[in-house]
Amino acid sequence: MSFTYREWWGLIHGMGLGALFLLAFAGGIAGLYSLRPALLTRVGVAERMRRLKIGVVAMAVVAWLTVVSGTWIVYPWYREDTPSSAKSKLLADPSTADWHDFAMEWKEHIAWISPILATIVAFIVLYYGTNLIRHDRVRKTAMLLFVLAFVFAGIAGALGAFITKVAPAK
Amino acid sequence: MSITEQELGTPVGAEIEYPDRPEGPISAAIIAGGIGALALGVVTTLAEASTRVADGLEWSKRVGPLSGKTIVAVIVWLLAWGVLHLVYRNRPFETRRALIIALVLIALGVLGTFPEFFQLFAAE
Repeated sequence: MSFTYREWWGLIHGMGLGALFLLAFAGGIAGLYSLRPALLTRVGVAERMRRLKIGVVAMAVVAWLTVVSGTWIVYPWYREDTPSSAKSKLLADPSTADWHDFAMEWKEHIAWISPILATIVAFIVLYYGTNLIRHDRVRKTAMLLFVLAFVFAGIAGALGAFITKVAPAK
Repeated sequence: MSITEQELGTPVGAEIEYPDRPEGPISAAIIAGGIGALALGVVTTLAEASTRVADGLEWSKRVGPLSGKTIVAVIVWLLAWGVLHLVYRNRPFETRRALIIALVLIALGVLGTFPEFFQLFAAE
């Protein structure tokens, strides 16, 4: 019972960073949601701002690590010009070709929008700080961008999981 | 009588320090994000439409054209952010307007990365 070097990287990219991404998103979105005057005390503000900053920065960092490791480490193995590569296997069978032509083609591109949006949210939180408490519009804007970053990563992650199920990269 | 959080602690308000920050830099960052997403969609579609563009974006043999597409999108995003930040750093540009602009740009960017769309322009 063991994993190959490539399988380890697939796990780090998909499950390891994916789990961290989920955790950071949950922390970040909860922090942004609760940053309302009615839910805060003076002591609570400092603690929540610290947790919020950690959550949004962590999500941005993890999102970048995920797309960089996916594109520059895992993806080259997927697309190797050999009959045994995952891409070759998918395209060899018309019943699985769409897993490359649609799923992989969309996943490899759309994933990159996620870290861009996550970085913007991290910037907003670090720059605006406690002003988010009194400027509800900016807080809701940050929440929307944060959710969009999560949705784009979710699409890429789900498609990646399906592709790996159909044609694992070994 | 129900217990609220404000009854349990000092209500938030005058005690909190609110640093004086204009909204301009936030709007600049939001619009720049939209521009980055749009850039990704545009280069993805262009690479599909032209083999010359696709070859030109193959900055890494192992990664293929995706290497150039993603790096170009990130560079465009950062440049746009830098320029917009300089322009709006001291201006009260409303984030609502910036968000609408960014959402349109992001939607176009997503469309450009959608295979059913960019494959319409596939080079013969």
